[in-house]
Amino acid sequence: MIRFFNAGLDYQRLAGERRSPGDADHTGLIDLSFTIESGGFRWLTGASGAGKTTLLKLMYLALPPTSGRIELLDSDPARLDRAGRALLRRRIGVVYQDFRLLNHLSAFDNVALPLRLARRKETQIHADVTELLRWVGLADRLAHRPEELSGGEQQRVAICRAVVGRPSLLLADEPTGNLDDEQAVRLLHLFMSLNQLGTTVIIASHNLSLIERYRAPVLELQHGRLVYHG
Amino acid sequence: MANQRRSRARPDPIGLRAATHDRLLIAVVAAMSFLAALAMAGNVATSTLAAHWLGGARHVLTIEVPDPGASVQAASRITRLDAVLTALRQQPALSGVRALSPAELGHLLKPWLGDARTSGDAGIALPGVIMAQGDTHPHAVAALRQELDQIAPGALVETGGGLAARLTTLTESLQASAAAILLIVAAVAASVVGVSVRAGLAQRREAIDIIHGLGARDRDIASPFAREIARQAGLGGLLGGLAALPVLLWLGRLAAGFALVPHSAAHGVGAMLADMPTLLWAGPVVLMLVAALIGWVVAQTTVLGWLRHLA
Repeated sequence: MIRFFNAGLDYQRLAGERRSPGDADHTGLIDLSFTIESGGFRWLTGASGAGKTTLLKLMYLALPPTSGRIELLDSDPARLDRAGRALLRRRIGVVYQDFRLLNHLSAFDNVALPLRLARRKETQIHADVTELLRWVGLADRLAHRPEELSGGEQQRVAICRAVVGRPSLLLADEPTGNLDDEQAVRLLHLFMSLNQLGTTVIIASHNLSLIERYRAPVLELQHGRLVYHG
Repeated sequence: MANQRRSRARPDPIGLRAATHDRLLIAVVAAMSFLAALAMAGNVATSTLAAHWLGGARHVLTIEVPDPGASVQAASRITRLDAVLTALRQQPALSGVRALSPAELGHLLKPWLGDARTSGDAGIALPGVIMAQGDTHPHAVAALRQELDQIAPGALVETGGGLAARLTTLTESLQASAAAILLIVAAVAASVVGVSVRAGLAQRREAIDIIHGLGARDRDIASPFAREIARQAGLGGLLGGLAALPVLLWLGRLAAGFALVPHSAAHGVGAMLADMPTLLWAGPVVLMLVAALIGWVVAQTTVLGWLRHLA
């Protein structure tokens, strides 16, 4: 369950608190209240600068709300200590718009990271990661570093990293932006499968044809406000 | 196969092994350790010399008996020197009572009198000198003076107390200086490690951000950092300590005569090494452990503090 109670994010206030003026340039969020049930699926839409990425940042705990409060996976992050928030993050898979892969690690090691943080056995990690990368068509790219992969390949690695730990919540920021239609459909099927297995999935996307094709409830933002949920 | 190997060898997600400033940190810590080794050696040498000198000076009594060959009484054949010797030997608190022979006295006064005394043509009346070891407390010495003055009027009792007090002051100030140098060296080493850790954090900010976002706890990030910095600092400490050893051997050899401590009869490096105090032998290992500990603590503290900036 994800619940927002009049949650807002004022970047200027946050920049003052964190003494990082760069944050002040981003679009904030104003008074968001909504609930997404466990195992739900949502498209997150809105024009560029509407606050989609910021909303996802609140959900993957990269930023705290500056007003109101949120509940993620039945926990209130504000009441958790740092270690508790770290453990909560492990239950959230994120596909970043800019992939955020570690350039000094291979595709295999990038995907294996969440499993290694969770102290899984190496034999299990090897089996799961190899299988997943094979499934997205990267069986012959396991040892390649991100800089040796195309944009689409990097995106697939990023998606594999987000889903390899079978997260309770999957957040994706324009996950199909660098993929061709066939790959995009294939990955959406992967997200749907995870959703059917109980993972809550929220995908921020501009791709209206994809949203039309896979109908699901939509969260629409405009200038940091939620203007439609349904 | 390659992939299996890759998956079995724990990778380095933060990219610590790819650091570019490793050698600089090792070199700076080695230089600090070198200085620390010298300061440590200074401390040890001061303590050893002071213990040796003070051990002798603190308990030595020198008794001078003017006109030592004269009889105690007109009809007596007992000389003043013998009477004083007898009285001193009866003192339970004194030991090692003995009069210096004319040859010893001549040797002692040679710098001032040349060979004149030993050749017997000096016109100077020299006192008899008696050495003893025992209680040099002022009250005990005053009582002894009084007793000896009755046996041989004019007899002087001197102690090494004044010299011992000055030596103690000198030793304490030298040891305090050595301790201050060690503290300064440790503080500089800690600062260097802190700067290096902050540089490392800035260099790996993105990787840390990503790992943090994937659910790494603060200790998951701080511990590898601390281990790596401790490894580098420990290596620097060991190298600095080892580099200081030849210098310490050389200085030890220079100071050997000054210390008047018996040395191995054998010559060469082996004998020199055998003469080194145990603490200096253990110096490189001690410095390695201390440098590693400083590195570990500073890295942990710095990384954990830095991570507070992340949500």
